[in-house]
Amino acid sequence: MKTAQQIAHEVQSGATTAVAELGRALDAVRDRNEELNVFLYVDEAGATSAAHAIDERVARGEVVGPLAGVPIALKDNLCQTGVPTTCSSKILEGWRPPYNATVIDRLLAAGAVPVGKTNLDEFAMGSSTENSAFGPTRNPLDPSRVPGGSSGGSAAAVAADMTPISLGSDTGGSIRQPAALCGLIGMKPTYGLVSRYGLIAFASSLDQIGPFSKTVMDSAILLEAIAGHDPMDSTSLPEPAPSLVAHVNDGVAGQRVGLVRELVEGADADVVAAVEQARRALEDAGATVVELSIPEFRLGLSAYYLIAPAEASSNLARFDGVRYGNRIDADDVTAMMEATRTAGFGAEVKRRIMLGTYALSAGYFDAYYGQALKVRTQMIQAFHRAYQQVDLLLGATTPSVAFKFGSKTSDPMAMYLSDVFTIPTNLAGEAAVSVPFGTGEAGLPVGVQLLGPGRSEARLFAAARVLEIADGRS
Amino acid sequence: MSSPLRREDVAHVAKLARLTLTDEELDRFTHQLGQILEHANDMSSLNLADVVPTAHPFDLINVVRDDLVRPSLDRDAVLAMAPDAQDGRFAVPRIMGEAP
Repeated sequence: MKTAQQIAHEVQSGATTAVAELGRALDAVRDRNEELNVFLYVDEAGATSAAHAIDERVARGEVVGPLAGVPIALKDNLCQTGVPTTCSSKILEGWRPPYNATVIDRLLAAGAVPVGKTNLDEFAMGSSTENSAFGPTRNPLDPSRVPGGSSGGSAAAVAADMTPISLGSDTGGSIRQPAALCGLIGMKPTYGLVSRYGLIAFASSLDQIGPFSKTVMDSAILLEAIAGHDPMDSTSLPEPAPSLVAHVNDGVAGQRVGLVRELVEGADADVVAAVEQARRALEDAGATVVELSIPEFRLGLSAYYLIAPAEASSNLARFDGVRYGNRIDADDVTAMMEATRTAGFGAEVKRRIMLGTYALSAGYFDAYYGQALKVRTQMIQAFHRAYQQVDLLLGATTPSVAFKFGSKTSDPMAMYLSDVFTIPTNLAGEAAVSVPFGTGEAGLPVGVQLLGPGRSEARLFAAARVLEIADGRS
Repeated sequence: MSSPLRREDVAHVAKLARLTLTDEELDRFTHQLGQILEHANDMSSLNLADVVPTAHPFDLINVVRDDLVRPSLDRDAVLAMAPDAQDGRFAVPRIMGEAP
């Protein structure tokens, strides 16, 4: 399987064509999509015409861009003009957005070819892609196991060699956790680095779009192409995209790395062993690793599972059968809205809407939501203190390798614990990357997590590249 | 906060959130939401009286653009995807009761 970097280079030089690369991607989708349920929609016509346009531009001698002719899969919570966008929810089934998310405009400008929309936990609420209204996605490495979530379809598309890269979104770990479970690089960028315009909102103060890939270089190329200020998202950082590709091979010599006790606490032995090996690899490459404790991380899960549902209960109020999506008719408008939402939302979405509504309701606001916002402040301060001592933090991405279907669906708390190591970064609005490192139970990949302060993506990619080399993958 | 949630609380919240729950769902959600809130109790014992809350990772200030007319979404394209539209507007079932 070629990397995105190779494909773009070969398309630009004429060694291959965008149409041929798309054909290979579509063949791979046809081979395994029925088994794995990765794509909810394949936009064969749109992708074919985009690929032809790229080839014509190359033929005219134009320099197309860093993703020239690269097929890409998109999480189905990203709006694409005229292409069905469901958030894996019955409430939006059949809806075709009248506009592109900013990331899609930027992908097209970079020469990428969007192949289709991938499965997710409904409205990105989940850690296994089992909450999709359109059936679960299977892990390509072991179809009896989950791919993780909520961006499980985007992870599986890359793991199954359907596309070399994909986009997901990460609110509490929804890129890094599936990347870990599928053996991929998954980056959650600094809050505001990538425009959220056209990303259907789950929890607006936490959501961030980011890349999946098999190589660190592809992740840097993709993130550089989509990052940078967007006037359509007033929370996007005010500066242009940072230089990332140029720093991938910077190494870690002289870097100080903190191995965080709370980011391995409770993890399975195979996961702890992989983190320990990653520590040694970083030391061998010239980094100094010290052990740290950040006790505030233990409160992240509790704060997150009040803050994210509170924001979701407000964001999902817009799905009321009036402006988009489906409607269940009733005699008056209130009955229509209630019937529409009751029929349209799945159990996990209802659970979180109710949890958030409760946490925001009169009499409970201070005790729950208010207290969680103060814990969030403490989390940010704790990160800040750590980064006065070290440049990066190291830990596990998830407590275990990919788990079996149904093993956590009856107990929401057990499922939520999958995100215990990824949540602190979202609460603080900072950056982190999951890197596959070694293998664990049943030969499945283990994800090691590198965390950095805001705008540290270049440093994170450089450290991830050190682990990639040490793990013998290119 | 120790015994967090009663069945009638869940029924009230469902009404606020415009969701209809079956009896079985009411029982199940009361149990599950209670468990999640119990987990959140590890925050309730903390004395955070002096901590300033953070609602957003940035210190947000108003962001304004120049006051110029720009193209926006095409009305017909938006209404074409609405469940019901009439005379260039979204249409909904009646909002007011019959006149007395």
